[in-house]
Amino acid sequence: MNSKLGFVALIVAVTLSAAPASAQVDLTGTWQRVGQNDNGASREPVDLLGMPFSPDGRAKALSYDIAALSATERQCQMYPPIYALVGPFPLQFVMVPDPVTQKLLAWKILGWGDRDETVIWMDGRPHPSKHAPHSHGGFTTGAWEGDTLTAVTTHAKLGDIKRHRGFSSDRATLTYRFNRHGDVLSVTAILEDPVYMAEPYVLTEVYRLTTNPNNFPLTACEPIEELPSLHEDPTLVPHYLPGKHPAMNEVTEHYNIPLEAVVGGPETMYPEYRKKLKDKYVMPPPCKEGCGRPPAPGQGRGQGQGLNQQGEPPAGGRGAGPAAGRGAPPPQ
Amino acid sequence: MSRGLVVVVASMFLAFGLVRLDAQRGNPQPPRAPKAAAPIDLTGYWVSIVTQDWRWRMVTPRKGDYQGIPITPAAAKVADTWDPAKDEAAGQQCKSYGAPALMSVPGRIHITWQDDNTLKVDTDAGTQTRVLRFGAAQTAANTPRTWQGVSQAEWLMPRPNVPLQLRPAERTADRPPIRPTGGSLQVVTKNLRAGYLRKNGVPYSENAVMTEYWDVYKRPNGEEWLTITTQVDDPLYLRTARLVAPVFKKEPDGSKWDPTPCSATW
Repeated sequence: MNSKLGFVALIVAVTLSAAPASAQVDLTGTWQRVGQNDNGASREPVDLLGMPFSPDGRAKALSYDIAALSATERQCQMYPPIYALVGPFPLQFVMVPDPVTQKLLAWKILGWGDRDETVIWMDGRPHPSKHAPHSHGGFTTGAWEGDTLTAVTTHAKLGDIKRHRGFSSDRATLTYRFNRHGDVLSVTAILEDPVYMAEPYVLTEVYRLTTNPNNFPLTACEPIEELPSLHEDPTLVPHYLPGKHPAMNEVTEHYNIPLEAVVGGPETMYPEYRKKLKDKYVMPPPCKEGCGRPPAPGQGRGQGQGLNQQGEPPAGGRGAGPAAGRGAPPPQ
Repeated sequence: MSRGLVVVVASMFLAFGLVRLDAQRGNPQPPRAPKAAAPIDLTGYWVSIVTQDWRWRMVTPRKGDYQGIPITPAAAKVADTWDPAKDEAAGQQCKSYGAPALMSVPGRIHITWQDDNTLKVDTDAGTQTRVLRFGAAQTAANTPRTWQGVSQAEWLMPRPNVPLQLRPAERTADRPPIRPTGGSLQVVTKNLRAGYLRKNGVPYSENAVMTEYWDVYKRPNGEEWLTITTQVDDPLYLRTARLVAPVFKKEPDGSKWDPTPCSATW
C-alpha cells in the first residue's frame, strides 16, 4: 500500500510540476550576416588586436604565411567552426526531425565552400571520446535554455580563426549562444583553447532573416596547382621564422597603434589596457582609403561598410588575393 | 485501489484543479513587480570585453574612418567636420557616451535595482547613468533630451507552448534533462540628445531609436556573460540599422571600478 501510494503521489507531483521547463524558437531559414564589426574585415596580415592568445598562440599566428594554403595538401583544408561568425556567408539553419517522433533531432547549419556543416545534436547524446577522430566541422550538441539555443562544439581540427590571423587547436571547445529576437539572430561564441588561448576568445555576430540568400554552397574541393614555387619544390611549406613576419608593423604604420597591442594577448581586451596606450597613441592623419564612406547618390554601395549585407565576401578574404595572402609568393 | 490511495490522489488533483480554476476565473495572482519577476539576474559589476572593433573602441580612431557603419552622405558630411577640441571647449565631451554608443565604450558597468520597477546602469567610463524603466511610462512632450534618453524596459519570457517539432527528441525519454528557462530584457530608448556612434564623430540624430536585447549566459563553470544586441535606427544618418552586440563578463565585485570623466580627445 505504502509503495503504491508513494508511486502514485510521485506521478501526480511530477504532473503538477510540469510547467514548461523550456521553450524554443524556430531557427529555420537563412540568416544574412550583418557584418558591421571587424570579425572578418581586418586587412593587415598581423592584426591580433584584442585576441587573448597565449605565447604559443601568438608564435603560431606570427609564423603563419597564408601562402601555405596553396600547398596541395592544404587547399581543401576548411576553417574551424568559429568561421560561422567570422566568415562572410549566411547561416542556413535546417531542422532535422526524428524520423519516428518528428521531434527535433538536430539543427544543421549548412556548410559553405570552405566551412564544414555543423550538426547540432539535440537528443542528449554525449560527446565522443577525446580520442575519436576530429573533423573540420567538429561534433556539436545543443540544448535549449528558455528561447536560447546553447551549443557546444568539440573534436574540430586545427584551423585559423580570424582571416588567417591566428589558430585554434584540435583541443578547442566552442560554445555558441543563439538568441533570436524577431528577425534578428544574435550569436555569441566563446572559444576556449588550452593550447593557443590564455583566456576565452569571445565574438558576437548579428544576422537578419532573409528570403533572398546568397550562399556559397559546400561542394567537393579539388586541389590544383596554385603556386609555381610549390610545384617546383613540393617540400616547401610557406612560413615565417620568429620575428621575420614582413607585415609585422603594418597596423602600427597605418593606425599608430603600438606593436605590443598589435600582437594581442589577454590584457589587450580589457578596458584598463587603454591606460597603457594613452601616452603612446597619437591619432593618425585622416583616413583616405578604405574608409567606409557612403556612396554618392546613384553610385552604388559605397566602400568598406555593410561588409556582407549583400552577401558578398569582403575584400581580403580567402581567395580574394590579398597582398600577402593565399597565392602570394612565399617569402624569400 | 485502496480507499486511502483514492483519497490522496483525488485530493491532489482537486488541489491542482482549484488552483487552475482560480486563475481562470479572474482571480489571478497579482502581477509581480519587474524586480521580483526577473527571469535573469543582471545585477552586479560587468566588464566589457574588447575582442571586436578594437581599433575603433580602444583608441580614438582617425578622422574619416567610417568602416562598418552604414552611414548616409548627410552623416559623412557631419563627421567630416569633427573637431574634438571644439567639442571639449563647448562642453560636449560626452557626445560619444550617449546610449547608442555607451555599451561599446570600453569600461565597466554596474547594474542595480533602483526600485521595484527600475534598473539602473552606471558606467565608470564617462560616469554615465542609464535608467531602464519597466511599465507604461509616459514621456512628456517637453522632456529634455539627454545623452541617455528615456528607456522603456520589458522582460521577454520564453513562450510556454512549444510546437512538437521544436521539442528535442530525448534519448532518455523517461527522464528528460532539466533545463534552465532563461529570458531576455528588451529596452527601447528614445528622446536622445544627438551624439556620436563612434568616437571620431560619426553622428546619430536626436530622432534615433535604439532597441536592445540583454541576454545573460551563466555557464556551468560559474562564468557569466552578458550580450547586448543593439539596434540603432536613424533614417537621417543611417542607411540601414546599426546592429552590433557588445559583450560583458561578470566580475565578483567592484574592486576594478574606475570612474573617469567623458573625454572627446581620448
